[in-house]
Amino acid sequence: MKRFTFFNATSLTLGFAFLYVPILILVIYSFNASRLVTVWAGFSTKWYGELLQNQQFLDAAWVTLKVGLISSSIATVLGTIAALVLVRGGKFRGRTLFSGMIYAPLVMPEVITGLSLLLLFIAAGVDRGVFTIVLAHATFSMCYVSVVVSSRLISFDQSIEEAAYDLGCTPFDAFKSVTLPIIAPAVISGWLLAFTLSLDDLVIASFTTGPAATTLPIKIYSAVRLGVSPEINALSTLLIGIVTIGVITASLVTKRAALHRKRQEELAAQNH
Amino acid sequence: MSADIFAPWEIPKEIPLIRFENVTKRFGDFIAVDNLTLDIYEREFFALLGASGCGKTTLMRMLAGFESPTEGRITLAGEDIAPVPANKRPVNMMFQSYALFPHLTVADNIAFGLKRSDMPASEIDGRVDEMLSMVQLRPFAKRKPHQISGGQRQRVALARSLAKNPKVLLLDEPLAALDKKLRQETQFELMDIQEKLGTTFMIVTHDQEEAMTVASRVAVMNGGQIKQIATPDAIYERPNSSYVADFIGEVNLMNGKITSCTSKSCKIAWEGGTITAQPTNKLEKGTEVRFAVRPEKISIAKTKPKSGNAVEGKVLDIAYLGNISTYYVETTTGQTIKAQIANARRLSRRSFTWEDPVWLSWSDTAGIVLTE
Repeated sequence: MKRFTFFNATSLTLGFAFLYVPILILVIYSFNASRLVTVWAGFSTKWYGELLQNQQFLDAAWVTLKVGLISSSIATVLGTIAALVLVRGGKFRGRTLFSGMIYAPLVMPEVITGLSLLLLFIAAGVDRGVFTIVLAHATFSMCYVSVVVSSRLISFDQSIEEAAYDLGCTPFDAFKSVTLPIIAPAVISGWLLAFTLSLDDLVIASFTTGPAATTLPIKIYSAVRLGVSPEINALSTLLIGIVTIGVITASLVTKRAALHRKRQEELAAQNH
Repeated sequence: MSADIFAPWEIPKEIPLIRFENVTKRFGDFIAVDNLTLDIYEREFFALLGASGCGKTTLMRMLAGFESPTEGRITLAGEDIAPVPANKRPVNMMFQSYALFPHLTVADNIAFGLKRSDMPASEIDGRVDEMLSMVQLRPFAKRKPHQISGGQRQRVALARSLAKNPKVLLLDEPLAALDKKLRQETQFELMDIQEKLGTTFMIVTHDQEEAMTVASRVAVMNGGQIKQIATPDAIYERPNSSYVADFIGEVNLMNGKITSCTSKSCKIAWEGGTITAQPTNKLEKGTEVRFAVRPEKISIAKTKPKSGNAVEGKVLDIAYLGNISTYYVETTTGQTIKAQIANARRLSRRSFTWEDPVWLSWSDTAGIVLTE
């Protein structure tokens, strides 16, 4: 094991400070009693109380939640199907192109994704609102789901599916009663990832939204332009909390499933 | 052959259960199975033996329905199975990796196929229980596959594949993951179960001992073709080619030419002298042949034996294997011949050691004359 040297400790501290000090300051100031954001005037939770009275914020939160739930569910279904085709489909014409196109949106600038979707919606004459944001979010987050699910499928013993066919399953039955239960942790963590991505997206949402639907990030952004209020700090803190819980849960689900399996395998080895 | 010995392949009118008729399977340019014809009879324990890549697994997967033949036809009980998908075939497979469903208990794994058959739900529990008793796993019914040992998993896989009472059970290297002791025990268990159920078993293996132990007939495969199909003892004692002789067990192969031959006895001239042997049929003078003799059929002595074939040489190397020792003897003409002696005595009282001059000898009927 490497020694924990002074140099290592310093770089670790600086690295984490760079990442998390701004967020920490935001969280601390959300408990500030003063209306002035930069002046500390004692601990208070009153901004959280006021937040709950602010109908505009609550509406935006509801829109965000709705968009997140629907878009991540669509993304999970599509992403899982895409992963299945890529991993299980064998060689087919255009496989490389297809897999490239699945992963491309991961590196595509959000502005371009947003703009192109906006142009598409205008060309198609679709009224922009919750529906279009849902479509846009499902489009870009399904790539993430597909990456997560296909990495699980690659490590999956294909003869398990063959055994299911051999024992009388139709392909759909085999997927439902064998494949899906086994890859479920990956599908769930894919869903959580998609939900989190949808929750904190600003760029794509602001391109594809209409006047009727304002998501929380859009609301916050426009509020900040009029000046940062402690209320925004409180709201951001809540968002950070939700996103953190989502990400941690996603990784815990995967990790616990793996750990559980490993522990029981060790147990079985001892019993033998 | 007496009537109580199981040998349906000897009966001319017997209709085989499984027929591969001129089956060819190509993967791109690679020919996995090459114009192969094979009959397997009911109640047989049939072994496909060969090195990896010889096409044996492909042959089995075509029967299971996971691959379809490029050319030719496979029939099961007289019917072409090409239009029947894998999930509808009365054939079940035990996978090399066992392929147990990790999210289901042992009992649910065994019930999996039954729930998808036309068996009434009320009878399923009884059948599962019966299968669990057969493989002695009743106490483990509620466990998940990762909570039991490798040997137990192997038995769950066996019980699961037999639960639907298939016409044919396919076993793909079923014992490869077990250690040697457990593997030997399991071989006998497999034979017992097969005998009790009367199901036709077809096993794919690269382990010749396993094939010889369990099978009623063995097919030796190479390059997508069957080199020989015969009972284990015939494969060992009467191989039809030097490939089979060399593949199964150890053998000394001596290249030579026929100098004289009748249907009973022939003389072969080779680098080490002249061999007298019994040919399978009369061979022309001058025919190039290979004489194959197993090391355990060669005896080793200090003085020249009075009868039989004899070669003089000196001990080059001794491989001590515990129960037997293999002596590598270099003949005076420079060939190396292997001779195997059972270690009936303790090692300290061994009669021969390195560099000792010895005589190797074997009887006229010990070996076999091969033209292929």
